[in-house]
Amino acid sequence: MVPPSYYVALSAVLFAIGVLGVLIRRDPLIIFMSIELMLNAANLALVAFGRAHGGAAGQALALFVMAVAAAEVAVGLAIIVSIFQLRRRLSVDELSVMRG
Amino acid sequence: MQFPGFLLLAVLVAGSALGVILLRNPIHSALFLTVNLAGVAALYLMLQAQFLALIQVIVYAGAIAVLFVFAIMVLIPGKEETGPDPLHAQRWLAVPLTGVLLLEVLLILRSGAFQAGPPAAGAPIGVEPLYRLLLTDFLFPFEVSSVLLLAAIVGVMALTKRKAS
Repeated sequence: MVPPSYYVALSAVLFAIGVLGVLIRRDPLIIFMSIELMLNAANLALVAFGRAHGGAAGQALALFVMAVAAAEVAVGLAIIVSIFQLRRRLSVDELSVMRG
Repeated sequence: MQFPGFLLLAVLVAGSALGVILLRNPIHSALFLTVNLAGVAALYLMLQAQFLALIQVIVYAGAIAVLFVFAIMVLIPGKEETGPDPLHAQRWLAVPLTGVLLLEVLLILRSGAFQAGPPAAGAPIGVEPLYRLLLTDFLFPFEVSSVLLLAAIVGVMALTKRKAS
């Protein structure tokens, strides 16, 4: 059986890749995907720790993270679509005002 | 003995994550994201979290990845597809390759490797500890997450509704 520390290390790598994506890309869609990568990395760490600890609490927490991620993606993509309908351009650098 | 599988999945997951953030075309990023989510689902299976692996495939690879692809289609009108198909040569390989795959699966089935053995007795696998926990200790967060999802549904409808003008 693979020790849980390996899973946690993999989760750290995934999280770092997600942070890198948020930092180097300007497209809000790619930034959203990077945020999904980070949430997934956190989930992987939760499940790995839950497996090491025994019991199902880690899995329960990961389930809540998934629910929050689903809600976040739905609302975030709706915001991106409505911003796009207003401005016709997609770059987070140009979005310095939050007024409709 | 699980280690080679873990290594393979780790390389797959990390590589597809790099593909998400480095590729120029957002649709390629979305497809790599799907690969990444499926790989994480397989890792959940290795961690004995079967229910979570299923939910991962249904919610992430099913709903969220489709939502991303849909948003890309709405936001970025693709160029007209003109000119010759760059993958034209592959099309002629498709039928023989599919035939070989079908033959392979049939041969595996005939070889009897998948004969159902006696059910393993007393295996502590299952979702029972998880749902017991969700309906006792985590009951309040469980209910709150349903309110959150409802708020998300209403919020998305309010955001994307076109003004009647």
